[in-house]
Amino acid sequence: MPRSVHKGPYVSDKLLQKVQEMNETGDRDVIRTWSRDSTITPEFVGNTVAVHNGHKFIPVYVTENMVGHKLGEFAPTRLFRGHGGRMATDRRAVL
Amino acid sequence: MARIAGVDLPKDKRVEIALTYIYGVGRSTAQEILEETAVNPDTRTHELSDEDLNKLRRVIENRYKVEGALRTEESMNIKRLMDIGCYRGIRHKKGLPVRGQRTRTNARTRKGPRKTVAGKKATKQKK
Repeated sequence: MPRSVHKGPYVSDKLLQKVQEMNETGDRDVIRTWSRDSTITPEFVGNTVAVHNGHKFIPVYVTENMVGHKLGEFAPTRLFRGHGGRMATDRRAVL
Repeated sequence: MARIAGVDLPKDKRVEIALTYIYGVGRSTAQEILEETAVNPDTRTHELSDEDLNKLRRVIENRYKVEGALRTEESMNIKRLMDIGCYRGIRHKKGLPVRGQRTRTNARTRKGPRKTVAGKKATKQKK
């Protein structure tokens, strides 16, 4: 079920404060955050946010298209290294 | 031959059904359209008068997004997801299910035919 509209989008207060501060001062610093569940609002556009993926911070440069998505969507938490791969399958085919 | 919104022309079916051959028109949209144009849904397509046909055409072309335009919109939406590099876009790129379904088994619609890996235990495989 989607979030009630009357509440407005969820953005971590601290994060929003930092973003607004940055916009006012015009600084272009990377903001580190763990708040993967924060929605990207128009204020974020043009800023870079480093989103934690449980292991390290993934820098996300926010563009207009991303508004409405959550920060976590841009920092994958899983790393798939692949099964077998060409080397393994080739070796098996020869045998 | 009835031709609406490009290349669609089923013949002996009731209009209500015939309209659903248009990409973007299903049963409920078809009923809506017929109600608006006041065409009897039970008439067969080839029995339609030219006047009715034109009315249908006008409503469909002006009010609804069908066929090519709809397909473009859909692919643009998917392309947007892929371009911004969000999770859903990544899943589209990899051809895996987008909405959190399991992939340990099933998910064949997205993944396509099974690629059997040699050397895996045969007992694990169904049939």
